[in-house]
Amino acid sequence: MSKLFALLAILCMCASATATEIYGMPKLDIGKGGQCVADPQWMRKNHMRVLFQQRDETVHQGMRGGKFSLKNCIECHASLRDNSVTGRADSFCEGCHSFEAVKIDCFECHSSKRSSSLVQGESK
Amino acid sequence: MSDTNEMSNTSEQRRQFLKTSVGAAAVAIAPGMLMFDMAHGKTEAVSGKVRWGMLINTANCEDCDKCVKACNKENGLSGGLSPTDSQWIRKVELKDMRTERSLALPMMCQHCAEPPCVDVCPTGASFKRADGIVLVDKHICIGCRYCMMACPYKARSFVHEPLHDQKPDVPRGKGVVESCTMCVQRIDKGLQPACAEACPNKSILFGNLNDPGSEISIKMRTEASTQVRADLGLDTGLRYQGI
Repeated sequence: MSKLFALLAILCMCASATATEIYGMPKLDIGKGGQCVADPQWMRKNHMRVLFQQRDETVHQGMRGGKFSLKNCIECHASLRDNSVTGRADSFCEGCHSFEAVKIDCFECHSSKRSSSLVQGESK
Repeated sequence: MSDTNEMSNTSEQRRQFLKTSVGAAAVAIAPGMLMFDMAHGKTEAVSGKVRWGMLINTANCEDCDKCVKACNKENGLSGGLSPTDSQWIRKVELKDMRTERSLALPMMCQHCAEPPCVDVCPTGASFKRADGIVLVDKHICIGCRYCMMACPYKARSFVHEPLHDQKPDVPRGKGVVESCTMCVQRIDKGLQPACAEACPNKSILFGNLNDPGSEISIKMRTEASTQVRADLGLDTGLRYQGI
């Protein structure tokens, strides 16, 4: 019985591996990663909604420091190699957005760099 | 008699049970509430009880441009002077041709209580925050530049070229209008605007116009100050002395 389970488990892993290869699903450089503000699958589906909500509260009502801020996302998820969420095929934002063919407007105005890295850079 | 005793015992037990469960619930929920507050940071919206303003004493204003440089640094502006470069604050020199008295003053968005830029904006991008700071919501701005035409102080700039390496706290981009934000990102942190902080002579006094005890209110109550183009009745948040 246990052999059967092991076989099933191996089969499942193979199947998911082939799916990733066939569809070319993006493998993301998630930066520091760790405990996110919400469940990752929920965030994949809803991040734009919570970002919009918080954006309006911040700009119009000055409510800063909310957990769904773009700056917070970048702080954790920018790559540890170049401190950015864009620019490479496996960058945290760009990876999925180019796979889904959805244009990101955010970074035409917003910085895509980890802000703590910029502060260090300035002091040098 | 025994019945009554039993009843009182039961109600006593129930009361005890309720007390314990309320206590346990409080202990269970409190850390969650704390975490929520921490995750949310500053949750309260800005209120109309505050009106931010500045009082600029031109008598102390020297021949320097430290306020302009500080603004450029804080907000990531290039500092260029070509017609297509953004200027959020500029030094203006005035000279009375008859008496030859000359003076210089910093000129920027006057953060009017009745801002003409907000009146003319067709999309609602130009708005006045509850605490009196006039801003552009660049997510809504379509770049029509009506507000630039309407502003009597020529305070607004249009971004003509794509920008790179913006400051994380000051998003700026091509195709929208921008102007002095009174360093809103600093005010929300409890700091004063970069220009006020940079002035070596403390010529720019920043404070709450609605608080009668604030330094700026006391000074405006006891000393003469004027609005630029007071005839327009815009009730500007910036006042000048010595002009």
